[in-house]
Amino acid sequence: MLLAVIVNRAAMALVTLAGVAVIVFVLLRVVPGDPVAMMIGPGATAADIAALKARYGFDAPILTQFWIWSEGIVTGDFGTSITLHRHVTDVLASRLPATLELAVMALIVAVALGGSVAVVGTLLRRTPGEAVIDGLNSIMLAVPDFIWALALVLLFAVALPVLPLTGRIDPALAEGFTTRFYLAESILTDRFAVAGDILSHMIMPALALALPLAAVIVRLLKQSLKEAMLQDYVLLARIKGFGELRLVLQEALRNAIGPTLALTGVQFTFLIGGTVIVERIFAYPGIGNLAIDAIINRDFPLIQGLVLLFGLIFILINIGIDLSVAALNPRLRHA
Amino acid sequence: MEHWSTNAKTAATQAGPQPPSIAGRLVSDPKVVVAGGFILFLIVLAVFAPLIAPQDPLEQNLLTATLPPIGFADAQPGFLLGTDGLGRDVLSRVIFGSRVSLTVAFVAAGLACLIGSVLGLLAGYLGAFVDTVISRLVDVWMAFPPVLLSILLIAVIGTGLHSVIIAIVVIDWTRFCRVVRTETMNQAQMDYVTAARAIGFSRPAILFREILPNVVPVLIALLTLEMGIAVVVEAILSFVGLSVSSDTPTWGGMIAEGRQIVHEGWWVLAAPLAALFATVVAFNQLGDGLARSLDPVLRR
Repeated sequence: MLLAVIVNRAAMALVTLAGVAVIVFVLLRVVPGDPVAMMIGPGATAADIAALKARYGFDAPILTQFWIWSEGIVTGDFGTSITLHRHVTDVLASRLPATLELAVMALIVAVALGGSVAVVGTLLRRTPGEAVIDGLNSIMLAVPDFIWALALVLLFAVALPVLPLTGRIDPALAEGFTTRFYLAESILTDRFAVAGDILSHMIMPALALALPLAAVIVRLLKQSLKEAMLQDYVLLARIKGFGELRLVLQEALRNAIGPTLALTGVQFTFLIGGTVIVERIFAYPGIGNLAIDAIINRDFPLIQGLVLLFGLIFILINIGIDLSVAALNPRLRHA
Repeated sequence: MEHWSTNAKTAATQAGPQPPSIAGRLVSDPKVVVAGGFILFLIVLAVFAPLIAPQDPLEQNLLTATLPPIGFADAQPGFLLGTDGLGRDVLSRVIFGSRVSLTVAFVAAGLACLIGSVLGLLAGYLGAFVDTVISRLVDVWMAFPPVLLSILLIAVIGTGLHSVIIAIVVIDWTRFCRVVRTETMNQAQMDYVTAARAIGFSRPAILFREILPNVVPVLIALLTLEMGIAVVVEAILSFVGLSVSSDTPTWGGMIAEGRQIVHEGWWVLAAPLAALFATVVAFNQLGDGLARSLDPVLRR
């Protein structure tokens, strides 16, 4: 059953990605702005521009260009970045781990924060405390990661200057890594001082990404928990003498968590999208920050590679959601 | 969903046979009054910016660079919220910046609403083949992550205010289309539509004179929420330099400048950020309040 889901989704994913590839390619080729003319500077002659165009293959007919490009994709070659003069695949591979570590950290923070506030809100139900939580949360739901990130910059730059405002790691410590997953590697190799430095860089961007998702989790999970607390099995446990906290955590939570899990998965794709601007604000060297540079510089090969990479990530997350929902739902599992 | 039923209950017990008018319900909702009042205030600021702003928002003066707001040491009278790195008055720039934000909010959200609603009305009322085509289009559209779409669009059509508006419309018309389609389908089942058909009204007449007015309340709430989204998107694109040119004051552009000199002058970042925050929350709370007050259950 699960295997069938995987095969089905993988096939659909390939079709979607192929569609995205074609759309991206065609859209970028109808742009009026000429990337080669932009990169070469004002002093260049027509011959210089033609030579450079030939070097990047922009002089070939559009169908030939697409053929060369799609041939490259199949073999893992996305071309050469115009501004960075490196293979797009290499650039993406060196930047992706930073974004993945940030996004996963933000997800953990969001679930921990949103989950605990929802539990506290459930314990405080029908008290003024619940009204305070609901009121604050209704404002938090309106505030996007962009505003959170800058509010954190303001707070930590001016009032509480304890965290680094930019980057991913102190350059002096960024030595001796075999992978680009700095945080995971430093923890696994017991270099906790380095891990601490990476975490201090990660707190603000992760929190900015996590807060909007946490607000969504609070609203939905608290609603489900309150409904679950009215069920008979909770009443039974209450008669057995279970404490209120134990009722929420052991009885209600298990039955209330389903919808929240599904929604968190969907919202995780928004969180990944949010990395684009949040990485920019904190000069964090991930693929989001790279995407903005690529657009500003009209670096076509890099934009194409980035869009496909983002598309792939979104598709993988959606497959992951489908699989976990199927795995958690006993009716689907035995079908 | 929860407040619908409670609203219906309180209305039934309190108001008796005569439910309160829509205007009455709007005025009695503090959310709508406070948030709506703030938006009105903002509109006045934007329209009369040249009369209200104490200084020329573009006038540079390096002798008065990075002055702090009034109340802090070294502040100078005439610069209530201080000056930025080029000596320009922060308050005046925030006031002028509201022009771009509100323009994008109204134009982009309005266009997205117009396109989405027309398609939604057609899909919901005509059904069959038209519905299949439009619904499939919406599905495909929504499968494309907004970030990717906006990256691509800006890369393709270039930077500028027009691009920002086009990007928002192209990405967000689906929100309106989906909701209006569902609401239209619900309305089309109602007795008044059957009655109108029995009298012999034409299809366009039924759609635009009978159904549309009943979809409008939902639409207004959705439009208000979308305006908040549009303001943020514009600020983000200004922040990264993909919106209007840098000589027009925008909140996003000011935020970008303030981010650079946050250690020398935090107010350059704080002032536009506060304006953006208040505007986004106001649009959101107004949309929430409107959705509640214009509740279809209470509408008679």
